[in-house]
Amino acid sequence: MATLLDVKGIQTFYGQSQALFDVNLKVREGQVVALMGRNGMGKTTTIASICGMSRIAKGAIYFNDVDVSKMASHKIAQLGIGLVPEGRRCFANLTVNENLLVAARDGQTHLKHWDLQRVEALFPRLAERHAQNASTLSGGEQQMLAIGRALMTNPKLLILDEATEGLAPVIRQEIWRAVRILKDEGQSILIVDKTLKELLPIADHCIVLERGETVFDGEPTGLTQAVQNQYLGL
Amino acid sequence: MMLSVNREQKLNISFIALLFILPAVALSMDEPFYITLMTKVVILAMAGVGLNLALGLGGLISFGHAAFFGIGGYAAGILATHYMNDELLFSAFGYEYFGTDNMLAIWFAAMFVGAIAAIIIGYFSLRTKGVYFIMITLAFAQMIYYFAIAWPTYGGEDGLSIYVRNNLFDLNTLDPIIFYGICLSLLLLVTFLVSTLRNSHFGSALQAARQNEQRLASVGIRPFGIQLTAFVISAMATALAGALFADLNRFVSPDMLSWHTSGEIMIFVILGGVGRLFGPILGAAMFIVFEYYLGGITEHWGLFLGIALLAVVLFARGGIVGVIAGEVKHD
Repeated sequence: MATLLDVKGIQTFYGQSQALFDVNLKVREGQVVALMGRNGMGKTTTIASICGMSRIAKGAIYFNDVDVSKMASHKIAQLGIGLVPEGRRCFANLTVNENLLVAARDGQTHLKHWDLQRVEALFPRLAERHAQNASTLSGGEQQMLAIGRALMTNPKLLILDEATEGLAPVIRQEIWRAVRILKDEGQSILIVDKTLKELLPIADHCIVLERGETVFDGEPTGLTQAVQNQYLGL
Repeated sequence: MMLSVNREQKLNISFIALLFILPAVALSMDEPFYITLMTKVVILAMAGVGLNLALGLGGLISFGHAAFFGIGGYAAGILATHYMNDELLFSAFGYEYFGTDNMLAIWFAAMFVGAIAAIIIGYFSLRTKGVYFIMITLAFAQMIYYFAIAWPTYGGEDGLSIYVRNNLFDLNTLDPIIFYGICLSLLLLVTFLVSTLRNSHFGSALQAARQNEQRLASVGIRPFGIQLTAFVISAMATALAGALFADLNRFVSPDMLSWHTSGEIMIFVILGGVGRLFGPILGAAMFIVFEYYLGGITEHWGLFLGIALLAVVLFARGGIVGVIAGEVKHD
């Protein structure tokens, strides 16, 4: 399968302090790649670097063979990276529909086209609340909206950063169900999540970060108890 | 969408009704002064509606909208003066232009020049955020203000008088009620356009940019382009109001460009309700009522305006519209 995203030895700084030292990861088309590691190991910084929100100092990031490391965020998004940021970041003063429609874009994917109807079919709760302000939604509903918004851009690669964090178990199951549907449809996904029980069965590939470096890169089966103990603090 | 009307819409409709009824009453009582006062409200409201697009929806706190108001005014004044004196304004490719007294042409010119100025000012200002944006828009406006003062061709500090009112079709534009009608029609048109914009994809993106630019960029929309477009449209509405204001007073002066004017336009928006469609119209009406009635009692009427403004900022963030109609609601 063709490589969709190729992150090669990137280093990222916040001012003087270095957050990423040597992160390497690949996402191939149709793959679900889990990005793991304890808190503060550089998962979110890696995602910020990919999306052009943090600038890398060294290394390279290729998306579809295009060097995106110096590109503006909106250009990267236009190339086909759909981000669901950590912490359910919706546009609070827009309605559910407006949140979705503002992102609508024809991505050039071979996947089934995402529109309002399909997003609402994936998350029926959003259909019920289509005219409500996003600020009045529950946390889980906002998360669904953030995922729906990213899907509306018809991304080649969907990035989910802690999509189930802090949600009630029932809602988490709904999000995981959606992620499984997306995977079955062939959507490429880079996903950060702490619940290994749900994450490992879904992932085709795992990357583990430790202090800003890739320390594990392989199939979920290779993620032995020893590795988990060492790097994931389980 | 249901056809039910919420409180804010009821308020807006009754306010439109007042804009028609009050001048009619003044007309029947043969009090043209009040019609002129209402005309001033309507024109200043238009400047506010323009600013509200940038400030209320886009969160772009422009402290330099007087620049566009004054540019619109000078566009009207310069075109009319040249026409009146039969002086050459410019010649190009053998064609000589002597200005015009046609309102349509003047409005177009005002909006065109206003848009050009806004593209330049916006291009630089929008690279900054927060207090820097406020200061840089102010700085640009002040530059234009001092330029007008130092430009003797068009009166410099003394301003520029327009001796006749400009023409529109075959209307008697010097009749206060006719001129009021023209201004009110334009205000309603501009307000309608802003309301259409607000509910469009562009409007959602603009509000999204106000809330979080990075989040908007992450769905593939460049906030800068959206904000610059909003800033330019906002400036065009304010420039149109400036052209009408020049026509109303038959006089243009650097005062229109001064930072006081920027502040006043901002006060209309804040008093009436930031981001509320009819906020600036209510705000401008309240401002004129203060200026005229309290100004008749004491020359320190600005003190009361200041207190009212403080009260709104401290206790009623939605302005007067917010107090009457409650929080912003989506059907």
